[in-house]
Amino acid sequence: MGIFDFLRARNNRSATVARERLRIIVAQERSQRGAPDYLPLLRRELLEVIRKYVNVDQDAVDIHVERDGAHEVLELSVALPEKAATSVHVA
Amino acid sequence: MTEFIVVTSGKGGVGKTTTSASIAVGLARRGKKVAVIDFDIGLRNLDLIMGCERRVVYDFVNVIHAECTLRQALIKDKRIDTLHVLAASQTRDKDALTKEGVEKVLHELRDDGFDYVICDSPAGIERGAFLAMYFADRAVVVVNPEVSSVRDSDRILGLLASKTRRAELGAAPVETHLLLTRYNPLRVADGEMLSIDDVKDILGLDVLGVIPESDGVLSASNSGVPVILDDEASAGQAYEDAVARLLGEQRPMRFLDAPKKGFFARMFGG
Repeated sequence: MGIFDFLRARNNRSATVARERLRIIVAQERSQRGAPDYLPLLRRELLEVIRKYVNVDQDAVDIHVERDGAHEVLELSVALPEKAATSVHVA
Repeated sequence: MTEFIVVTSGKGGVGKTTTSASIAVGLARRGKKVAVIDFDIGLRNLDLIMGCERRVVYDFVNVIHAECTLRQALIKDKRIDTLHVLAASQTRDKDALTKEGVEKVLHELRDDGFDYVICDSPAGIERGAFLAMYFADRAVVVVNPEVSSVRDSDRILGLLASKTRRAELGAAPVETHLLLTRYNPLRVADGEMLSIDDVKDILGLDVLGVIPESDGVLSASNSGVPVILDDEASAGQAYEDAVARLLGEQRPMRFLDAPKKGFFARMFGG
């Protein structure tokens, strides 16, 4: 790297950006791996139903399938808006 | 004992066929009896990389449909006695491959006393890619230090863990290795390319080998000589190391460092 490249170099760490983006997306995709195919649709429909009653965010509904020994647990959590100050948690 | 090794990646153009050819040659020149099979039905290319494109008479699908014997379809390499190529079909539709058909061919190779069968997977996650990995004992996942390739590799790792026969039988999982290709140490040093440690870290797997970006790869494919046979090329030497590691040898990684720049180059960014 030459003396004239010195300033440019600081903003030129695209590999660092790539690494961070990949860490996040790979972790997210791994967490969904092996989960039933209907989960995204279930999540969307639940969101529609909830929105009939409460004005929640697009990402307010979180669904996970956890394996616990022989049985699977569908974990569903809904974050209600600030004013309601509560969060419904069904497991 | 025959070992089935799939060379796969998800993404296209990362170097699967180059890798399959070099691994097959590397194993065969150690005296192992090796068959390398092109699973890319409709897009045959392994024959070109191996330099036997004009000797293809029968192909993989012909064998599956019993239109010829396996022996008739296997092309014996002119350089190494123990190396054989089974070409992909060029004309048939992709559904020509069936699980039973592939199993029949692989079992016949096993009964013929082959030590290794290298399955060169097509890109993607369709039927050909699925069948190339289904019977695998080991997998070499070829990855470029680049975002889409790394993400696709992780997807493939997930499939290897769930959609193979070993996974279905609940047997020991497919032994998976990462092979990093098109690595450019200069760009890594400049922070423009993911490093070997980045890729290891993101995918959580050890790296079998790092193949540097090298002119040798293109000239090898131009002439139909697998790059591992080019002792001068850094890529050829790196493949030779990778094959040794595949067989359990310990070898230090080479070609990871950027060539040192001289004083003037450093001062003026040459």
